Amino acid sequence: MGSDREQAVVVQRATRRFGSVTALADVTLQVATGEVVAVVGPSGCGKSTLLELVCGLESPDEGTVTAAPAALMAQRDLLLPWASALDNAALPLRVHGAGRREARAAAAPTFAAFGLAGFEGSRPAQLSGGMRQRVAFLRTLLAGKPVLCLDEPFAALDAIARAEMQAWLAAALERWAHTDPATPTATPAAAGGGSARTVLLVTHDVEEAVLLADRVVVLSPRPGRVVAELPVDLPRPRAATDPGVVVLRAAALDVLRSAPVAAAR
Amino acid sequence: MMALVLFAGLLGAWQLYADLGNVDDLILPAPAQIATALWDDRALLWHNLLVTAQEVALGILAALVLGLACAAALHFSRVLRHATYPLLVASQAVPVVVIAPLLIVWLGFGIAPKIAIVALVCFFPIVVTTLDALSRVDPDTLKLMRTLDASRWTAFRFAEAPAALPAALSGAKIAVAIAVIGAVFAEYAGSSDGLGHLILQSIPQLETARAWAAVVVLAAFAVALFYALDLVQRRLVPWTSTERPL
Ligand SMILES: Nc1ncnc2c1ncn2[C@@H]1O[C@H](COP(=O)(O)OP(=O)(O)OP(=O)(O)O)[C@@H](O)[C@H]1O
Ligand SMILES: [Mg+2]
Repeated sequence: MGSDREQAVVVQRATRRFGSVTALADVTLQVATGEVVAVVGPSGCGKSTLLELVCGLESPDEGTVTAAPAALMAQRDLLLPWASALDNAALPLRVHGAGRREARAAAAPTFAAFGLAGFEGSRPAQLSGGMRQRVAFLRTLLAGKPVLCLDEPFAALDAIARAEMQAWLAAALERWAHTDPATPTATPAAAGGGSARTVLLVTHDVEEAVLLADRVVVLSPRPGRVVAELPVDLPRPRAATDPGVVVLRAAALDVLRSAPVAAAR
Repeated sequence: MMALVLFAGLLGAWQLYADLGNVDDLILPAPAQIATALWDDRALLWHNLLVTAQEVALGILAALVLGLACAAALHFSRVLRHATYPLLVASQAVPVVVIAPLLIVWLGFGIAPKIAIVALVCFFPIVVTTLDALSRVDPDTLKLMRTLDASRWTAFRFAEAPAALPAALSGAKIAVAIAVIGAVFAEYAGSSDGLGHLILQSIPQLETARAWAAVVVLAAFAVALFYALDLVQRRLVPWTSTERPL
């Protein structure tokens, strides 16, 4: 992409193997600061591996990965079963040394903005799937990293809850897009939608990608390679029925379907 | 309810066997005789129960504290774990009857050697269950802690230690029966009171019913302790209380 913008994530010809399995092959990808990039691809093509590379949990066998500090929202919510929703969301603050009371006070104001008011004291087992997902999302935000890596954040939800969460995330992204990207912080205001974030969103739902992202990157089946990059120059808010969305969605699906051929080249 | 019916049935069978079989009263008294002894000797039994209960409770507590600390240390250091695990298993194989007199020599006639013996026999199940729980913490959760820049210690504190506590209590529950037996052997080796001491005294005095009454009290105490630990576990770790109650 354009070298005129500051890049938050630069993946250069990265390859990652697990034993005899090549999860990612020669992937090159850049994400500009403040940009929202969606990565779509079939199951097992290395999407999660790509995010772990960006978050520094894995290193590439070949190539390089450089990224601003990134927080990962994993495929599973990974909430601590013994901690309340509020304490789960505030976990990053505790880990960074805040006391229990201080961390709770910082996280509490964000609960209303996330539709979680009244559930601060509930344990994860008492929350609905969508709520758990939002708590996990909130925890990712409160980590205070400039880059957010979201791994299929809504995959576990039913269709209605997913549509709701997509609309909600779209609105949050919209808010961040209009604020200064230079000062990402872990303050409650930031979590509620204060400062811009760079977002790398993994999904296997092409429609979700087109609705949310500035750009859609399509990966081939394993070993994952980039087979297409589709810019999404559509006004927000977007609806699934917008003609532009429908066209792009079809285009992305076409690439996905023909991807095995491209990969076998 | 089922437990009560079963219990009554077993008691009935025992009573019948004692009445109709030709077993000497001095070897196997009938339940009715034991019940009489329970009532007649209630002050004596109560006094000695308090002594034994204190030994067992303090012993289990000591084992919990030491077991948790030891499991944490072994969890942190693979070298330590590989070096000491066989030793730990071996310690479990040392018969209490052999070690008890030695501890009396070292620690004196008082309560200290009893606590030590109870702690010794409870230590192993507590360490094993705790260590197992620590090693089965979700690796993805530990990965999450890494993305939050958690140090090894911070990850332990927030993600691993809370899983260890209920496991240690499970270990203690497993250890209850063996803890009571340990206390009895410790009292055999040298003491002036306690239910074990009472049993040891009653048999040569041909007070078999009293010895059996002491056994009944011991068993009831073990059951009570088991459920007390279960209750503590539920209180301390309410997130697992969706599991079926015992
Ligand atoms: N730690 C690991 N050890 C061994 N193999 C791994 C490991 N992580 C991933 N793999 C393998 O790498 C490949 C890509 O895995 P990855 O989880 O990145 O795929 P994905 O695109 O996220 O899949 P999904 O859509 O199912 O989440 C898979 O074949 C997987 O089995
Ligand atoms: Mg994945």
